[in-house]
Amino acid sequence: MREARTQIAKPTQRPLHQRIMRRLQKHWQLVIVTIPFAWLLLFFLAPFLIVAKISLAELAIASPPFTKMIEWTDNGIMTIRVVFDNFTYILEDDLYLNTYLNSLKISVTSTILCLLFGYPVAYAIVRSGPVAKPILLFCIILPFWTSFLLRVYAWMGLLADQGTINNVLLAMGVIDEPIRMLYTEFAVYIGIVYTYMPFMILPLYANMEKLDGSLNEAAADLGSRATNTFFKVTLPLTMPGIVAGCLLVFIPATGEYVIPDLLGGGNVQMIGRVLYNEFSRNSDWPVAAAVAIVLLLLLVIPMMVFQYYQGKASEES
Amino acid sequence: MTALDTASDTPWLDPDGQTPLVQIKGVTKKYGDVTAVDNVDLDIYPGELFCLLGGSGCGKSTLLRMLAGFETVNGGSITIDGVDMSEVPAYDRPTNMMFQSYALFPHMSVEKNIAFGLQQDRIPKSEIKDRVHDILALVELQDFKKRKPQQLSGGQRQRVALARALVKEPKLLLLDEPLAALDKKLRKQTQFELANIQEKVGVTFVVVTHDQEEAMSLATRMAVMDAGRFKQIGTPTEIYEFPESRFVADFIGSANIFEGRVTEDVADHVRVKTEVCDVFIDHGESVKMGSKIWVGIRPEKIRLTKADKPAVGENQASGIVEDVGYLGESSIYKVKLSNGQIIDVTAPNQLRPMSRQHGITWDDHVNISWEPSSAMLLNS
Repeated sequence: MREARTQIAKPTQRPLHQRIMRRLQKHWQLVIVTIPFAWLLLFFLAPFLIVAKISLAELAIASPPFTKMIEWTDNGIMTIRVVFDNFTYILEDDLYLNTYLNSLKISVTSTILCLLFGYPVAYAIVRSGPVAKPILLFCIILPFWTSFLLRVYAWMGLLADQGTINNVLLAMGVIDEPIRMLYTEFAVYIGIVYTYMPFMILPLYANMEKLDGSLNEAAADLGSRATNTFFKVTLPLTMPGIVAGCLLVFIPATGEYVIPDLLGGGNVQMIGRVLYNEFSRNSDWPVAAAVAIVLLLLLVIPMMVFQYYQGKASEES
Repeated sequence: MTALDTASDTPWLDPDGQTPLVQIKGVTKKYGDVTAVDNVDLDIYPGELFCLLGGSGCGKSTLLRMLAGFETVNGGSITIDGVDMSEVPAYDRPTNMMFQSYALFPHMSVEKNIAFGLQQDRIPKSEIKDRVHDILALVELQDFKKRKPQQLSGGQRQRVALARALVKEPKLLLLDEPLAALDKKLRKQTQFELANIQEKVGVTFVVVTHDQEEAMSLATRMAVMDAGRFKQIGTPTEIYEFPESRFVADFIGSANIFEGRVTEDVADHVRVKTEVCDVFIDHGESVKMGSKIWVGIRPEKIRLTKADKPAVGENQASGIVEDVGYLGESSIYKVKLSNGQIIDVTAPNQLRPMSRQHGITWDDHVNISWEPSSAMLLNS
């Protein structure tokens, strides 16, 4: 009797594919988390480690053009060579330091410009009517439908000495000789602000869209004028959008290569250009890798500030 | 209490010679082709708790927002305490508003939310602190002053919104559906709290609501609005017991309405011939002999009795119980009259039916009747 009961209690074996599906269903959260983690590991962390490794190597006439980190000698002894020369070289040479500072100056200024122009635009879109809103949002996204490179070339055509803007101004008699715009820092600012503006506007829009419109009315009702309401109510409440937008502009703008190369020519030094030159013209992979690592650190720090800010904000709410 | 005192406590009941706090004269608001508020006149007196009652889109909120200064007036004028408001922006008006969504600043604590309005007036810090403290005590939220709005319950948020609007001691407090976001039980409780607070602070309230029960229990006077116009203005008793039109009689409470013709109209009584029966009203009404008119009778004012023989005469009719709705404290009976019309009758269940059987039930032959004072004469 007892044996019979245990036999009944023993579950029947299901077919294999059903068992796998059941497992997946049971652990679906794990599966969903694993996929992006694996992706980041494979395509972000692994290349980063390779770059970090190269930055600790020395230039060599070989293929690839740097010394190996781990070498086995004949008698089975493993030697690890780690060289910090590349970093000391970068930090000692004024060229690199100045280029980093110039990059930061350009990206910070561009971020501020994007914020100054993007904030009112985002606000206007949020406040626009049900017909205008999707059209305006579409217009913000529209430039992405054309190649980024093509759009930068278009700016070259606009800004050149014999370009559209100068030709129009000359024809109108506003100026006697062309204004030099292309291959100046001004052109780089135009290019960066133009390119990264959507990355400022969209997070700001998403943030402002959630704001309760009656908050402004409540502030006015309590005796606050529009400017005061903006600084006391709207600005603090849109801070998460501002931080997100600024990071989305600041980070890629700092490492920007195409815009300073095409619009700035040789006159505007940005770290992206230096990195490219070291890598392809000088074939100095270890220094190029070190430049990239320092750049990464420069970008990670503001990221951490952002994380800290976000953590604090979510703690409060 | 002398007669004089009564008059000054409730100036709205005897407005002759009294100065209204708010004067709305011929105010119109149009959005394109749509007229939201259509040429309305209204006087609100100091100390009133005035309710604007109406369905959605009737213009009640628009009128409130014009008082607050959020909407411009297309025609007519609004005067508050003798000052014409047409050129006064919202931030300079002696009004404060409690929003339907409460519109509390989510990044500020309860304390800071309440202090915000006082800070705008550049009031000294120590005084702000005292006033915030006092108002928090009034709404019983002293222990929550450091919390953020999202850490509060709906009822607490509602009280913060009220405190924030009251702390500036406005001449006029505007409340947009102040209780709509609360659940039913809390709403009933808060209703009385709100009226008590208003009495304590003595500020004039204008409340917009779509809930007639809320309006009835809160208001000193109320206005029933429809399609941008006032249908009737009066005390809750006036509106309920003496509605002027079919719309008001039907909108506030429920009413059995039937068509009739005036057959007798003298100083002390009126007689109306209807399809149901002859209706006799024991007081004079200004109606025209022979004119078409509507008679309304409230369900709770009708007596319902089991009948052996059909009722004959004025103010009574007979029929069959077609449906019964048992609500516990009362029951609704749907009585089908011989002409096919269905009359609603509500009756309190004063006796406990020990046999689990109600006195009057489905398919019973019943007579209905009402007092000669009960029937209401309504125009369309």
